[in-house]
Amino acid sequence: MHIPDGFLSTPVWATLDTAAAPAVAYAVRQAQRGFDDAKVPLLGVMGAFVFAAQMINFPVGIGTSGHLVGGALLACTLGPAAACVVMSAILAIQALVFQDGGILALGANVINMAIVGVLAGYLPYRLWGRSRARRAAIFAGGALSVAVSALLALAELLISGVRMPASVLGVSLVLFLVSALIEGAITMAVIGALEAIQPNFVRQPSGGGRYALVAAGLAAVLLAAGGVVFASTAPDGIEQLARQTGISAHARTLLSTPFKDYQASWLGAGWPAQAAAGLLGLALVGGVCVLIGRKR
Amino acid sequence: MSPLILVRGLRYQYEDGTVALNGVDFRLEAGETVALLGANGSGKTTFALHLNGLLSGQGTVEVCGLPVTPENVVEIRRKIGLVFQDSESQLFMPTVLEDVAFGPLNHGLHPHQAAERAMAALAQVGMAAAAGKAPYHLSAGEKKRVAIAGILAVDPDILVLDEPTTFLDPPGQRALAQLLSALPQAKILITHDMHFARALCSRAAFFRNGSIAAEGSVEQMAQRYEWDFQAPRGA
Amino acid sequence: MHHVTLDRWSRGASPLHRRDPRVKIAAVLVFLLVLATAHRELAWLGAALFAVLCAAARLARLPLSGALARAGVVLPFTAVFAAVSWLAGDPARGAALVMKSYLSALAVLLLVSTTPLPVLLRGFEMTGAPRFLLMVAQFLYRYLFVISEEAQHMRKAALARGATVGSLAGNAARFRAAAGALAVLFARSYARAGEIHRAMLARGFPGYFHPLSELHFHTSDMIFLAIATVTPVALRILIERVA
Repeated sequence: MHIPDGFLSTPVWATLDTAAAPAVAYAVRQAQRGFDDAKVPLLGVMGAFVFAAQMINFPVGIGTSGHLVGGALLACTLGPAAACVVMSAILAIQALVFQDGGILALGANVINMAIVGVLAGYLPYRLWGRSRARRAAIFAGGALSVAVSALLALAELLISGVRMPASVLGVSLVLFLVSALIEGAITMAVIGALEAIQPNFVRQPSGGGRYALVAAGLAAVLLAAGGVVFASTAPDGIEQLARQTGISAHARTLLSTPFKDYQASWLGAGWPAQAAAGLLGLALVGGVCVLIGRKR
Repeated sequence: MSPLILVRGLRYQYEDGTVALNGVDFRLEAGETVALLGANGSGKTTFALHLNGLLSGQGTVEVCGLPVTPENVVEIRRKIGLVFQDSESQLFMPTVLEDVAFGPLNHGLHPHQAAERAMAALAQVGMAAAAGKAPYHLSAGEKKRVAIAGILAVDPDILVLDEPTTFLDPPGQRALAQLLSALPQAKILITHDMHFARALCSRAAFFRNGSIAAEGSVEQMAQRYEWDFQAPRGA
Repeated sequence: MHHVTLDRWSRGASPLHRRDPRVKIAAVLVFLLVLATAHRELAWLGAALFAVLCAAARLARLPLSGALARAGVVLPFTAVFAAVSWLAGDPARGAALVMKSYLSALAVLLLVSTTPLPVLLRGFEMTGAPRFLLMVAQFLYRYLFVISEEAQHMRKAALARGATVGSLAGNAARFRAAAGALAVLFARSYARAGEIHRAMLARGFPGYFHPLSELHFHTSDMIFLAIATVTPVALRILIERVA
């Protein structure tokens, strides 16, 4: 979901632009890993591959077809850092040449799809890629990358005040779920076919222990995003569901069980501000987690 | 006079143990144009990749008197230019001029000088008008010329061309042959195109199973190994 | 094809084409900022900024209707949100969405249509974007059409082999075939990347790219920068004051 310019409120796009810059810089450093510009052709060409791959239709039902987004596939083959860089380049080209996604909003799209989306796509593979649940992990990675990106985008739009009544929200969430499942299936199928051609293409999951912390950060972000989405439902909507869910305000928690913690005034104007504060606070904590993890 | 290329006992194995080169001996003298013939997989391209140090195996490889070692590799890559089969992968810069200037810039020329050298090389192959164009818009023949210009721009002593007539139509093949015959550098042509080889090459080496089975004139190799395409005659 | 047309336009000749990419980038960023942060008198501001962009398109000798139409690529996405807003009783917000997203897209389109992409990417270095990333984008763009063509060939071949009946079994088979096609495309692309790297090494690549030309500011660039950055700001102040 590429967010165009004009949708996000200034605090939201400005914050995300500010967050995206160091994240991308870090990914670039990791992807280069002392090889200077030697990896430029590989990453550039694989970016062109993803672009081209999006043209190939995967039939998923009567008359409908889906296509690859690519974050998880890139992460499992090129590694997460390189995948972040490739997806960032893709988003930049899409924004500039195809006007698909805004320029001021580029930071938001990069965070959603090139950073958090890619990391979420790699996470299951990193954790379970060597186990017998390998194929399921790859599927989960593909699904997670799309689901997380879409939820984050939705949350950002809602925080910015874009109107979204419950029915539209519901339809959106269903569409996201379907897209996520399709991405999982395509990613799993393509990696399976790749391994048949050349097992070396799909790398063995590796990396430092910092992934546990990044996982915590990601889960927290996902919770907050999901929570914001649920909590922003309009009054003429799923009040029952609204009564039973709440938001976890603690970044340390990894549980996704909802609390019975809600406020009577949650439909008021204070909510967007609260949600924004919550999300930004989480981003801060998550950032600290990553920094701590990096020092190892 | 010492040979431009001297190879003795070159051996090379892939990582999985397959023997690609099995003791190759080869010489190239100044001004010669030699054809490398042989079946796909017989080692011709693998051999060529040893000449500029892209691969390294056992044995001796000397180019213009310099042994191919990491210390010499930069200078050797200036003296011997490889033109690969797929020009699309060889012209990787956004414009023709930037691509042809890539070599000169890498060998220490100032951008201004590099641009001048590039324009001179483009003029030499007849592609000066295309300097600002994107490589994607060129025809196969034009791409091949630009690729050759990219090599000529650093003033090499040896040109190695891998299957240069692939993707070229007959007029393109003729034009390429004309261009190559006008260039003074020594040349190695890896090719299946026997007409092309006959037109340009004074000598041919026939590769089989990773070594040179025989050398002689192109015609001798064609007859000895039945290496010419004969259309089946109908009854 | 959208990017093919813009690529062609970007190789034109006009006073705008000749400007340094950095001042054009700065002008567009200021424009986008003025637009994004505006909340009052949006109708007047939108009209004024639209006039500015039309003038720029004329100055760039671009086909105006073509440019206006191509910027509409953003409209389908925006229209959905605008409709939702309108139905939810906030039509003003919906209209603002449409206006802002369209004008932003048009401004970016004009930028890209007056600057060849590799030059534009060089210009973005001034924003602090890592050179590595910009080079990756450059290579991506260089090989975008090459690999897309390969994908097209594979798609046609797959279509020729696939069943036309929409049965479930047929779907599954086509799904697997598409996955196989992608895997082959992946392998080919990967191999091509290796070929490119080999060609770079063979031509003396030392591990980093040397730029062929440096960007230089001229007086005309500074004049353009002054006019282009002041105009949207002045228009907005004027409109908000007069209203």
